[in-house]
Amino acid sequence: MPAASPLLRYVLRRADDALILGHRLSEWCGHAPMMEEDMALANMGLDLLGQARALYTYAGEVEGVGRNEDDFAYRRIERDYENLLLTEQPNGDFAHTMLRQFLYAAFAYPYWQAMMTSPDATLAAIAAKSEKEMAYHLRHSAEWMLRLGDGTAESHRRLAAALEILWPTTGELFTTDEGEQALIAQAIATDPESVRPQWTATVTQTLTQATIEIPAKAWMHTGGRQGRHSEAFGHLLTELQYVQRLIPNATW
Amino acid sequence: MYTQALNQQPESAPREADNAEAAARFQARIDAEERIEANDWMPEAYRRTLTRQISQHAHSEIVGMLPEGNWITRAPSLRRKAALLAKVQDECGHGLYLYAAAETLGTSREELVDQLLSGRAKYSSIFNYPTLTWADMGAIGWLVDGAAIMNQIPLCRCSYGPYARAMIRVCKEESFHQRQGYEIMLTLCRGNAEQKAMAQDALNRFWWPCLMMFGPPDTQSQHSDMSMRWKIKRFSNDELRQKFINATVPQAEILGLTLPDPELKQIDGVWHHGPIDWDEFHRVIAGGGPCNRERLAARRRAHDEGAWVREAAAAFAAKRAPKNQTEKQAA
Ligand SMILES: [Fe+2]
Ligand SMILES: [Fe+2]
Repeated sequence: MPAASPLLRYVLRRADDALILGHRLSEWCGHAPMMEEDMALANMGLDLLGQARALYTYAGEVEGVGRNEDDFAYRRIERDYENLLLTEQPNGDFAHTMLRQFLYAAFAYPYWQAMMTSPDATLAAIAAKSEKEMAYHLRHSAEWMLRLGDGTAESHRRLAAALEILWPTTGELFTTDEGEQALIAQAIATDPESVRPQWTATVTQTLTQATIEIPAKAWMHTGGRQGRHSEAFGHLLTELQYVQRLIPNATW
Repeated sequence: MYTQALNQQPESAPREADNAEAAARFQARIDAEERIEANDWMPEAYRRTLTRQISQHAHSEIVGMLPEGNWITRAPSLRRKAALLAKVQDECGHGLYLYAAAETLGTSREELVDQLLSGRAKYSSIFNYPTLTWADMGAIGWLVDGAAIMNQIPLCRCSYGPYARAMIRVCKEESFHQRQGYEIMLTLCRGNAEQKAMAQDALNRFWWPCLMMFGPPDTQSQHSDMSMRWKIKRFSNDELRQKFINATVPQAEILGLTLPDPELKQIDGVWHHGPIDWDEFHRVIAGGGPCNRERLAARRRAHDEGAWVREAAAAFAAKRAPKNQTEKQAA
């Protein structure tokens, strides 16, 4: 297969973010701390799966060799996935999951909002839908940041501990490569750097209000965007792709 | 708060004795197909029977999330994954409306959930069987949601208004689940030999437990007589089982699957099936099914591990409660 075009790679990266984070959220189903949160986590998972499906379908069109959404989701190996490290982080406890959602949504909401003006009509349409969904994810997760940060001593401790772990994966939100820079230059894609001020403001304001201290200078991990993942990621894919790998080339 | 206040109502049993007239009026309303609403007078036994039935139903929806939840992360296509996640989410929604309907009878959701977690309350036996392959998602949707519909359609006319209304909403979603499950089976049966074998195996494992979902035969059923008189129940267990078999046999034929009962035949419009293993049924109901321990353990774990989250939410809400409200309460 020829090297992926910048647009294909761009679309697949966003699709991978949505699928992997949606998959993580779906792992909660039936095990949430309260039934209302089972509903909310499933809602957010469904939104992300929907975004992933639209993006993979578009990737198939861009590539033009007949791959469909499931070919991308189920028949690629770890190294071909280029989602953000943040999205693949294991669920941990509820504080960890909600913080991961908050850190992602605080980025994805303004990012998709900016993408609504892309001259690429498909991306603009996906952005318009995703922007609304991510606004809800941000609202819901930000409310939990306040409840957990300013709830009990235990919830505060757990949220602070989750932030220590997740914070170093947030730098990757703003990374691009040469291919993406070319798309940015053509205004097809939004520069993630351009939403950094809004992300920083949302995160700082919310966590400060939640009485959680933001870690000082930290090393930022990267690698997801180049297909270098955490060890946990292989296990996620093993589960996700199990049936398709068990009985290949079948219709499900 | 509201339900806690209701819980403190004195037992109305003694009053009931003086109230033979009220009881007669109540039965007359039932006979006239009137709906009983939450604030209407009702015999304590009616309240208790309904509380038990609605809460068991709610528990079944919530425990029922687990066997299907087991396959969400392994669903074989993105379409199936999204549909299954949405389905399991619907079941959670059913649990929520049912707990709300039960609360109208005066017992709080916390108390009802506590009955489940402590093992005092029962839930449908079917959810104590394991889901072993992807085909089980098809079999459960087709058969378990199918059996649930047979049970629940008549409940849309239940004499208790809040339960009847919850059932109307629930039944719409259940029939969607049933079609979705059947479509999974159809896809497998039109697939390759391995897929078809997987579908047959799922049917073999779920068929008998599904027949048990309708409860013991009419000759042994404990609660039916009063429930019929109160129009909580409209058909007997055996009648519902017949309807279910009647609807399912032609569907299995279309799939090209064999129902695992060589004795199954229709004589003069009545289905005769081989013997149902009622010992197994009673064992599963009493806690000895293959997954009873895991199911309750999973619900308890979610409850226990979520305790700090619920405490945090309560503590935060208390901190943010408007100051003047606290002052008013103190005054
Ligand atoms: Fe249901
Ligand atoms: Fe259902």
